[in-house]
Amino acid sequence: MDELLQISDFGLSWLDASGGFADIVLSTRVRIARNLQGHAFGPRARVSDREAVLRQVRLTAEKVPTLEGATVAELPKLDGRTRRILLERRLASRELLGDPNTGPARATAVVLAARDPVSVMVNEEDHLRLQGLASGLQLKEVWHLVDRLDEELGQDLSYAYHHEFGFLTSCPTNVGTGVRASVLMHLPGLVLTKEINKVLQGLSQVGLTFRGLYGEGSEVVGNFFQVSNQTTLGRTEEDLVEHLDRTVRQVIQFESQARQVLLRDAAQVTEDKIWRALGLLTYARSLSFEELMNLLSGVRLGVGLKLLPNLRVYTLNKLMIFTQAAHLEQAAGRDLSSAESDAHRAAYVRRILATEGAVEPNEESEAPEGPSVR
Amino acid sequence: MDTKKVCDKCGSGEAVVHLTQINDNEMSTYHLCETCAAAKGLETAGHQVNVPLGDFLAQIGDEPDRAEAGHEAEACSFCGLTFSGFRETGRLGCPHCYTTFESYLKGLLRRVHGSTQHVGKIYLSPDPTRTELQERLERLRRKLRGAVEHEDFERAAEIRDRIRAIEPPGVNPPVKSST
Ligand SMILES: [Zn+2]
Ligand SMILES: [Zn+2]
Repeated sequence: MDELLQISDFGLSWLDASGGFADIVLSTRVRIARNLQGHAFGPRARVSDREAVLRQVRLTAEKVPTLEGATVAELPKLDGRTRRILLERRLASRELLGDPNTGPARATAVVLAARDPVSVMVNEEDHLRLQGLASGLQLKEVWHLVDRLDEELGQDLSYAYHHEFGFLTSCPTNVGTGVRASVLMHLPGLVLTKEINKVLQGLSQVGLTFRGLYGEGSEVVGNFFQVSNQTTLGRTEEDLVEHLDRTVRQVIQFESQARQVLLRDAAQVTEDKIWRALGLLTYARSLSFEELMNLLSGVRLGVGLKLLPNLRVYTLNKLMIFTQAAHLEQAAGRDLSSAESDAHRAAYVRRILATEGAVEPNEESEAPEGPSVR
Repeated sequence: MDTKKVCDKCGSGEAVVHLTQINDNEMSTYHLCETCAAAKGLETAGHQVNVPLGDFLAQIGDEPDRAEAGHEAEACSFCGLTFSGFRETGRLGCPHCYTTFESYLKGLLRRVHGSTQHVGKIYLSPDPTRTELQERLERLRRKLRGAVEHEDFERAAEIRDRIRAIEPPGVNPPVKSST
């Protein structure tokens, strides 16, 4: 199953930072939950149900245009590291991977489209979890991709559907449209100006939820927040997506304003933070993933403020993904202890920055606005 | 553990909705009865009361008597899920569960989503009824108008294809291409 990893850029097109507001919005994801008629799902699904579902999905996948040339990866047939790479690329969920000791449940799979950035998790909490993932803010575009896949699959598979409740899901919080749209945002300006809680509170008042990216502890790591719709029933899919889109654009505006405030009122402190972060990344010999994320946040802010004009957002995105444990092990070709992992991480960061991030550290100090290359 | 929470606002109703808010760096949770929650829902500009997902499970567990009275003994005849099994995991086991526990679920969905009525896509099963076809056509036509208004012509063409595939309703239901 190593051929999975040979597919160039497989599952990683969202790293390219081509979407809107790429320095603030890392990625857009839309998920649709579906179940098939006639089979138990969730905790009641028996092995025979799960196997039947996977069989039907395989047959249907061969007829569906969007899945032409798709790869069906059955999780139990993959080695542990490849499974963790799927998780780190956000193509499989922790639940699909199952308990680390016992491994994934029977007949769990991921279907990866060859052309579009869409995939399907099979036999997760619901029979099907369709997913589209793209760079930057592209809610409507991603929704359309996943919607089309859903239409194609639904013509061949019999979905569980109820005239009042809509599409039926194992968890009642997903019922109705089954749609969960989310946007991963980087909001250091709002965090540093201490405005973040006001904004997050505002989000929950308009029916959106957020969660931070957490490391080992309970601290939010790297100022990254995922914003998504909270409810799935009683509004149309387009409504849900548009509402999230509108709100996220407001948050982007708040974040941009906060960054201007930082430049105006705390230019020296902000600049110092950014350059220190870059300095550590450039020279450190050992980096935990958590420390890396926090440093990348500072550098990302610097790129957003055009203080580090030679660094691209694409490079920063890459540094977030390829420095995760399974990716480092894949590159090393062996398992790594946590100390080894930290050393490999630092080495990878140094190498990438040396080739893609040449920044002259001398002449920036007098120009807070910085020379812009764009 | 088992003590029932009283509504923070009126102090008398049993709290069934738990609203987490953040004020000045502090996270606080309000426990509200159904009436006060509904009132608060109106205060927040027409949006439904916000129940954080994390509280959802707690909420199921928090409603012993009303829920248990009618449902405790019930089990889904298709998948065998019992009501207490549902309360433990918060997960349903099959489409039939939604019928078995319908009356309880309606209350739950209203609290979680602010609605029980799906208004999104109308699903057309591979062998649809006439009404299903018509409902779906109407939805698609509305979608098409939206796409044209937004000058999203690529999308409009796609929706037009979907309409063409099921028109005219009832006369010529789509036959699955069996290639
Ligand atoms: Zn009350
Ligand atoms: Zn059932």
